[in-house]
Amino acid sequence: MAAQPETVEQVRAVTEQKYKYGFTTDIESDVAPKGLNEDIVRFISAKKNEPEWLLDWRLKAFRVWQTMEEPQWAAVSFPPIDYQDAHYYAAPKKKDGPKSLDEVDPELLATYAKLGIPLREQEILAGVEGSEGKSPAIAVDAVFDSVSVATTFKAKLEEMGIIFCAISEAVQKHPDLVKKYLGSVVPYTDNFYATLNCAVFTDGSFVYIPKGVRCPMELSTYFRINQANTGQFERTLIIADAGSYVSYLEGCTAPQRDENQLHAAVVELVAMDDATIKYSTVQNWYPGNAEGVGGIYNFVTKRGACRGRNSKISWTQVETGSAITWKYPSCILQGDNSVGEFYSVAITNNFQQADTGTKMIHIGKNTRSTIVSKGISAGKAQQTYRGLVKILPKAEGARNHTQCDSLLIGDQCGAHTVPYIESRNRSARVEHEATTAKISEDQLFYCRQRGIAEEDAVSLIVNGFCKEVLKELPMEFAVEAQKLVGISLEGSVG
Amino acid sequence: MIEIKNLHATVDGKEILKGVDLTIRPGEVHAIMGPNGAGKSTMSYVLAGRDGYEVTEGSVTYYGKDLLALEPEERAAEGVFLAFQYPVEIPGVANTTFLKTAANAIRKHRGEKELDAMQFLKLLREKTKALNMTDDMLKRAVNVGFSGGEKKRNETLQMAVLEPKFAILDETDSGLDIDALKIVAEGVNALRSPERSMLVITHYQRLLDYIVPDYVHVLSAGRIVKSGGKELALELEKNGYRDFGASEAA
Repeated sequence: MAAQPETVEQVRAVTEQKYKYGFTTDIESDVAPKGLNEDIVRFISAKKNEPEWLLDWRLKAFRVWQTMEEPQWAAVSFPPIDYQDAHYYAAPKKKDGPKSLDEVDPELLATYAKLGIPLREQEILAGVEGSEGKSPAIAVDAVFDSVSVATTFKAKLEEMGIIFCAISEAVQKHPDLVKKYLGSVVPYTDNFYATLNCAVFTDGSFVYIPKGVRCPMELSTYFRINQANTGQFERTLIIADAGSYVSYLEGCTAPQRDENQLHAAVVELVAMDDATIKYSTVQNWYPGNAEGVGGIYNFVTKRGACRGRNSKISWTQVETGSAITWKYPSCILQGDNSVGEFYSVAITNNFQQADTGTKMIHIGKNTRSTIVSKGISAGKAQQTYRGLVKILPKAEGARNHTQCDSLLIGDQCGAHTVPYIESRNRSARVEHEATTAKISEDQLFYCRQRGIAEEDAVSLIVNGFCKEVLKELPMEFAVEAQKLVGISLEGSVG
Repeated sequence: MIEIKNLHATVDGKEILKGVDLTIRPGEVHAIMGPNGAGKSTMSYVLAGRDGYEVTEGSVTYYGKDLLALEPEERAAEGVFLAFQYPVEIPGVANTTFLKTAANAIRKHRGEKELDAMQFLKLLREKTKALNMTDDMLKRAVNVGFSGGEKKRNETLQMAVLEPKFAILDETDSGLDIDALKIVAEGVNALRSPERSMLVITHYQRLLDYIVPDYVHVLSAGRIVKSGGKELALELEKNGYRDFGASEAA
């Protein structure tokens, strides 16, 4: 169900605070030595007790990665990253993986509670008395630094044949599925950051929805970087078999640190005939301080393959965090009549940089794609929408509509739109609309004359500007996203 | 009580108001008439606290407070309401959301409990009925795609919801046909009360047939040059503003 942006009370409640997820958790961690080499790749694989084929795959990726160079085409700038100066594995110390939530370190659970993640919903899962009759809304997989620490509602989902677990667990329990689909959308040779991820990914979520099953609840993963000098390289793989439906949510936070931390995730989605995957992200990694010190480098590869006829993949993202965002959730529309959607809100303030957009690759007949991108830039931030719409010769009757709107706050920020369109089929129709606007002094004065304080007015106006995208978010995330819009633009006026 | 004393104000360094004196007691409706360029809209913006309208001399005392020291949102919370000549569009923000945000911001400032969605909706329904407004207008984005008449009705609705102590109506009749004008005027008249004072700014006498003022003032070249009862408006209608030193071209 889509939510109506009912913004301002919530926004007001939180606008006083700065980055509220900036705490660290004091927890004993198992950390790999700094540096990156084949031994580290073997170390990670061994820690995860992985089968030979997976280690081989990682090593192949690592060897390719060594020959690759960082992409330079994005409109972002940062000092060179020393890939040898980071830890590639950090895990909360535990003898064995937790069997149930009761075995999870209470410090960790407290951290997630602080983040507002309802892990404790396992009480309902466990059938605690009085919990019946109220059907759960979200199942959560929590990833702390590199390791999945808890997955809720597993048993209930299993009854329906749905697999929702840590990808490391899926490697052990469902190796055939993982082997078949891992790297099938984003190959290990894909790009510098994705290839690095293939070599050193530590955990992430795995979802399989069997034929004809409509997943009854939102599946959600919360990612948290805690350890200093750690990269987070999670890997998510979602497979929706024929006629199935799943809505998946992803949220991210990290402590406030002065050094930059690298986050290079890969997400692969596969939708078979008549299947639908809805993937929503609220990305709130630490953006650095107001002077541009610290923050997460969010270099992420997300791609979905609409393999089957009439399949649909819909990406919705609200990107407010990170010092630098480099991210292009894409759809490969292979099946006839398949549909790809990309709804994005990206907010950059202070010294944040974002180069984000999507790729829609039309291969099948009558494939359709919709792109709605809302970029808001404030402070000294720079933001670029970069999108590719590619219609291949066999994509008879393909359609695309792209709408890119930018909103500027102040006069020191920038917004750029770089659409690439390649059509090789005469029957295809591709439309691109773009606007750039500033929050007008008229609008601000009008709001203030009605009693709304300036920052709340900005939040209200920006939420209005983003409404088309925010309404695509599941209810559980919409409220949080609206709050974030307010928080991330703090201090941008006046 | 609102006491404006020797008010001087500049816009872009140019003096527009050159010493305005005006006292408005609770419940009174004052009309300000004057030729184009006399400073009517400047006066409304100065009272509401818009940036760029700089007060260089004089004072405005509002129920004992120094109005000019307050931010625009504080003035609103204290009960100052400006019905805009050109209401502003805010795309994507539902009219209801906007009104609720405003109403609760003001309630909060006054130390009153904020209204939840249900309570607010109830209040809104009551207020809209009187103004002949449809639910559709409440759901649409603030002023986006509204006709001239709808925009002015929307301003009146906001006034009804926010219940100000001092309402300034800036050229509320501009862009309205006679039917729309009647509806808006009825809305405004319904809000007249012994506690609420109003300043009605208009170029034409026509509006004052429907919103009948207690006092009429002529503003010309930044000063109030004549004051009188409601009959002054009729006089102006007949003789124009020429007697007050305004050139026709202004």
